[in-house]
Amino acid sequence: MPIHDQGYRRYLGTRSAIGGSWQVMTRAGVMALISKRQFIGLMLFAWAPFVVRAVQIYVSATFTQASFLAPKGETFREFLDQQGAFVFFVTIWVGAGLIANDRRANALQLYLSKPMTSAEYIAGKLTILLVFLVGVTFLPAMMLLLTQAMFAGSLTFIANNLYLLPAITLFSIAQVLLAATTMLALSSLSKSSRFVAVMYTGLFFFTTALFNALRGITGRSSFAWLSPSASLEQLGDVIFRLEPRYQLSPAIAGLAVVVMIAGSIWILTRKVRGVEIVT
Amino acid sequence: MPDISPAPPVQDPFPPDRFAGPVVQADQLDVRYGKNVALNNVTAVFPTGAVGLLGPNGAGKSTLLKSLLGFLVPVKGSMKVLGLDVASSALEIRERIGYMPESDAHIPGMNAVTFVAYCGQLSGLPAVDAMQRAHEVLYYVGLGEARYRNIETYSTGMKQRIKLAQAIVHDPDLLFLDEPTNGMDPKGREEMLELIHDLAHNKNVNLILSSHLLPDVEYTCDHVVVMDKGTVSTCGPIAALKGSHGTVYELRVKGEQDRFIEVLRAAGYEVADTDEDVMRVFVPGGSHHGPKELFALASRQQIQVRHLRLSMPTLEDVFAKAVGEA
Repeated sequence: MPIHDQGYRRYLGTRSAIGGSWQVMTRAGVMALISKRQFIGLMLFAWAPFVVRAVQIYVSATFTQASFLAPKGETFREFLDQQGAFVFFVTIWVGAGLIANDRRANALQLYLSKPMTSAEYIAGKLTILLVFLVGVTFLPAMMLLLTQAMFAGSLTFIANNLYLLPAITLFSIAQVLLAATTMLALSSLSKSSRFVAVMYTGLFFFTTALFNALRGITGRSSFAWLSPSASLEQLGDVIFRLEPRYQLSPAIAGLAVVVMIAGSIWILTRKVRGVEIVT
Repeated sequence: MPDISPAPPVQDPFPPDRFAGPVVQADQLDVRYGKNVALNNVTAVFPTGAVGLLGPNGAGKSTLLKSLLGFLVPVKGSMKVLGLDVASSALEIRERIGYMPESDAHIPGMNAVTFVAYCGQLSGLPAVDAMQRAHEVLYYVGLGEARYRNIETYSTGMKQRIKLAQAIVHDPDLLFLDEPTNGMDPKGREEMLELIHDLAHNKNVNLILSSHLLPDVEYTCDHVVVMDKGTVSTCGPIAALKGSHGTVYELRVKGEQDRFIEVLRAAGYEVADTDEDVMRVFVPGGSHHGPKELFALASRQQIQVRHLRLSMPTLEDVFAKAVGEA
């Protein structure tokens, strides 16, 4: 009997309900990334600012001479600002190839021939990026807040700055959603992950450079909406109850971020298809 | 006291009743790419078993398969796959079908067994079952020894096999195979056709094989749907289509072959040129006077017949007639 006669049989086991495929994708994507040492190195490095801040909190809580180092509400804002650099690198590392590699290998038609909608595909890919971005923004910021309470031995700081909990959550959401959706949209536009990385870097630096050039020429910072990162900074200042750094209405800054996210999702819905139609 | 209850009945590993009705029904289907009409009023019924979707390049075969998968939305008409409406039950359909695309397709960065198991999971199989079946189907398609290799290092033939493996890992009720032997060497092609034949005839998997290669369809399929220029030219059981075609004669004449072809066509015969100056003449119906009539025609035109032989009608004849190449 040929070996292939022995190798195929009917499957009589259970099947999971339709709608859970995105979780399979996310699990596979996350596992693939955490199996890479260099990436683990980057993630650990992204927690270095947390360690520094934790030491700062410990010193200020332990030694009265160092009380000037005690954290304030804006400490957490500064911390999330610093994490912006890691958000940038993690976004490029994780996100550049998420859809571009699938497009290069014609994998979209395989995915979408399974019981999975394009929305589920996008959700699965987006969640991979969100998991790691939350891991370098929201998670360390919240850990820092808990560390403060732990070293201080009381919840007084948290009680006095209760707005920090929603502020950290809200700003982290804006930060990771903006980065993740923008990167995923760019990734869906090309078959080369390197090109996507260059596009993302270009978008980031070009818009910031354009804003700074206009700021230099006009002497006004009301063009901050041109730069997604500047808009996010402006939004962050408002969320953390700080003096806004640009002459831009927070509503316009928020709108710029929302438009960027919505535009990215629109691109994704246009590009993630089982068949590419060129007319 | 020992349990002496009877053992559960052994299940037939290949119960024949996967799906009873027509596996695919397309009704007045129009599909367009922008202004270009890809499918024009296509109405076809694909019965259970192995059905060949034949046609020259650009006939609309792949477009039809992609429409059935829900990748393309028709501007008009309706489609049913396994009795379910494509427009409203695309996910339920995709859960029960396997698709082997024409182009090279894989998920990057995975070895074969991980890839096939992953596809199984995406189709709803639990992780453990998906991994077990991945090993089984990889052995089935002949990639057992190479299952831990990264797919990107595979040859074209191996990539075709892995595409088949991912399409059958979840044991679909219906398989869509789009040009499954593309780019394969003769031995690999033969093995692939053997696998497809085995799936259809021994494992009771319904399949639709899209191909422009007539021998592939003739070997693996029982029914055929012939497409040309976005429409269905003919369809039915291959045996019936070949039988109803009349009698075929191979004919070679001395000189003025082109003129004699015109004479034959004027006399109502269908003639197909083949290599080496041999023409295939189709004599419609069950007439046994074909040779006599052909000799008479040649005699009247003072053309010498060098060779006349009764031939077996092939799918090529059916195809040639359907797409108007005769």
